[in-house]
Amino acid sequence: MAHNTIIEDGIDILVVGAGLGGTGAAWEARFWGQDKKIVIAEKANIDRSGAVAQGLYAINCYMGTRWGENKPEDHVRYARIDLMGMVREDLLFDMARHVDSTVHQFEEWGLPIMKDPKTGRYLREGRWQIMIHGESYKPIVAEAAKKSADKVFNRICVTHLLMDDSKKNRVAGAVGFNVRTGDYHVFKAKTVICGAGGASNIFKPRSVGEGSGRTWYAPWSSASAYGLMIDAGAKMTQMENRIVLARFKDGYGPVGAYFLHLKTYTQNCLGEEYESKWFPDLQKMVGKEYLDPEASHLTHRPIPTCLRNHCIISEVNAGRGPIHMVTMKAFQDPHLEEVGWENFLGMTVGQAVLWAATDVDPKNENPELTTSEPYVMGSHATGSGAWCSGPEDVSPPEYFWGYNRMTTIEGLFGAGDAVGGTPHAFSSGSFTEGRLAAKAACQYIDDGKAEGIVVSDEQVARRRKEIYKPLEHYKTYRNAIVAGDVNPHYINPKQGLDRLQKLMDEYCGGVTVNYMTNEKLLNIGLKKLRIMEEDLESLAAKDIHELLRAWELKHRHRAAECVTQHTLFRKETRWPGYYYRGDAMKVDDENWHVLTVSRRDPETGEYTMEKAPCYHLVSESE
Amino acid sequence: MPTFVYMTRCDGCGHCVDICPSDIMHIDKTYRRAYNIEPNMCWECYSCVKACPQHAIDVRGYADFAPLGHSVRVHRDEEKGTIAWRIKFRNGTEKNFLSPITTKPWGTAIPRLAEVPGPSREMRDSQLLYSEPKYIRLDDGDLHTLKSAGLKLKKGVYY
Repeated sequence: MAHNTIIEDGIDILVVGAGLGGTGAAWEARFWGQDKKIVIAEKANIDRSGAVAQGLYAINCYMGTRWGENKPEDHVRYARIDLMGMVREDLLFDMARHVDSTVHQFEEWGLPIMKDPKTGRYLREGRWQIMIHGESYKPIVAEAAKKSADKVFNRICVTHLLMDDSKKNRVAGAVGFNVRTGDYHVFKAKTVICGAGGASNIFKPRSVGEGSGRTWYAPWSSASAYGLMIDAGAKMTQMENRIVLARFKDGYGPVGAYFLHLKTYTQNCLGEEYESKWFPDLQKMVGKEYLDPEASHLTHRPIPTCLRNHCIISEVNAGRGPIHMVTMKAFQDPHLEEVGWENFLGMTVGQAVLWAATDVDPKNENPELTTSEPYVMGSHATGSGAWCSGPEDVSPPEYFWGYNRMTTIEGLFGAGDAVGGTPHAFSSGSFTEGRLAAKAACQYIDDGKAEGIVVSDEQVARRRKEIYKPLEHYKTYRNAIVAGDVNPHYINPKQGLDRLQKLMDEYCGGVTVNYMTNEKLLNIGLKKLRIMEEDLESLAAKDIHELLRAWELKHRHRAAECVTQHTLFRKETRWPGYYYRGDAMKVDDENWHVLTVSRRDPETGEYTMEKAPCYHLVSESE
Repeated sequence: MPTFVYMTRCDGCGHCVDICPSDIMHIDKTYRRAYNIEPNMCWECYSCVKACPQHAIDVRGYADFAPLGHSVRVHRDEEKGTIAWRIKFRNGTEKNFLSPITTKPWGTAIPRLAEVPGPSREMRDSQLLYSEPKYIRLDDGDLHTLKSAGLKLKKGVYY
């Protein structure tokens, strides 16, 4: 084959995926490793890659300790309440105590942060959110990363991590291919910081046909963070904790600013408030510890997002849909109207396009809301990801093994979606996690932990063969048929993605089954995923672009398998509104007030599941 | 909503190909102009639309739920540091918006960390990151620790 092999050797810090987490890592690594070789490998172009490619209109994680607005432990409490208790409080505390220094730097770098004209402070959208003009958020942080990195390799689809052949369970770099030239790229590195993305598109989306790219999370978030780390044998946590978003229908435009800043609210088709009537039954499912409307009313304690979803789902199932967002009042104020529109233009242009196309002017008409298909990720309001070490001065022994944000694979660190148990990090928290990982990675190298790494030629050659197999497979069997895509010898990446989405939807609690699953369904799902894995060996790619889609599919498939294993393991319904275990419809604190941890053995493909203790830091009330 | 490219405006410069996060803007080999090869993997993020020097790329709402007859156009001006939007509804209503995209000239405000003094041994051994503790509160305050906050991690449900 004509593809060159390009080897980048002697790397100290390899950043795989430069979204907010990866750019934070690359930037900070230069300070702690002034003479170290820092290299970025990114699937797209770092100026517009990752979940923030399109921009953001808010920074959702800012403490404001300088004005005494919040303490880090307040944020820990908030994230824990929202996730029904299941978080890594050490990692959350650590992220929250550093995140403000990240945001203050962003402002100095030119990111326009809105100010409250009365107080001069950052303009608050909600308790944790500040409002920004963030169209160029990504180009700004990319500039920071470029100023620190020795080399940036854009358009490299990283397919596998390289492992040390001299010492088991130690990382040695990564391999992938250039999606334009097709060349094989080998990165030999002492440490790897995985900043790759979470998972959109593993569950069947509500949209069909052309619109299936209009997912809530970016369609290029291909679960690579999980695919790469699971395949290497890293332990994962809370992978069952998928998230379902209540958003403006079809366009998935964000609702945060609408609820918090514009003070819009929801109602059913009869114009009634519907949420509170579902609370008594819901309280029986989850217990008063997790849903106490009276206490919430008195203390402004938030109602967990999943429970609010549950009310929408139940109300719609009761025949009183659609749920409307009442915008007509707020939008009479021209300033608030402007905020409402710019909110979309700054981060979900598609929603503005949709309203223009359907003549929905929220000044004159209340738009519809809906609940999305499930997503699996670790940086928004959910905490799927790798089981990582916390910081030395905070973490208890079960959560600490030497280096902050290091996974259970030596030398492999995570940031953003890659790290499990740290929901509500969002953009600023992900960048901060990247910074923490970078400092720890430098320390790991300085401590001599990365000495004597060996990467055999056999490993490099084996991965190369594996990577191009879909191209070879296509070439071998294409001419068995006259034309078209129906071939008994192979499936193409789109056909494979359709199969994955359909089975995850039907067996693992997707939108068409109202987020419902049970042990029987999950076991059937696992069986189908295993058979699908066999068929992925017969995946065919007609060109390099399809080869990219083929590897994205393989990463999505691996993540989906892990999600299903975790969902099967946790025999309770911890997050009604995100998914339901029909055979265990209650929160079961006696058995399941724990974090779920899995490991897939790279040799056998078998999963080992375990319960890890859940440590708490703060009391329930402030 | 998926992008498309106007035949008469595109000069095949490839800026959109270079920037697209989804790798779906490619150059057509016959016409030597760009087009969207995979509309169902388009997030309508507008990265290509903003990057096009000829304003040759536009967006037509997804066929499965967006009726025809609308437009959302954009002009991003790096020198002025602004982004201008024009929304046209199917019924002809028009709305215009203008926002800042940066407060500093590009390329000037971010320091090169290779050029700042490196960290001391003491800082390496601490929990501090670059620019901390100063940047956390912009005063003389220190980093929060469990000790300073009077907190302790305890196992199990107790709260």
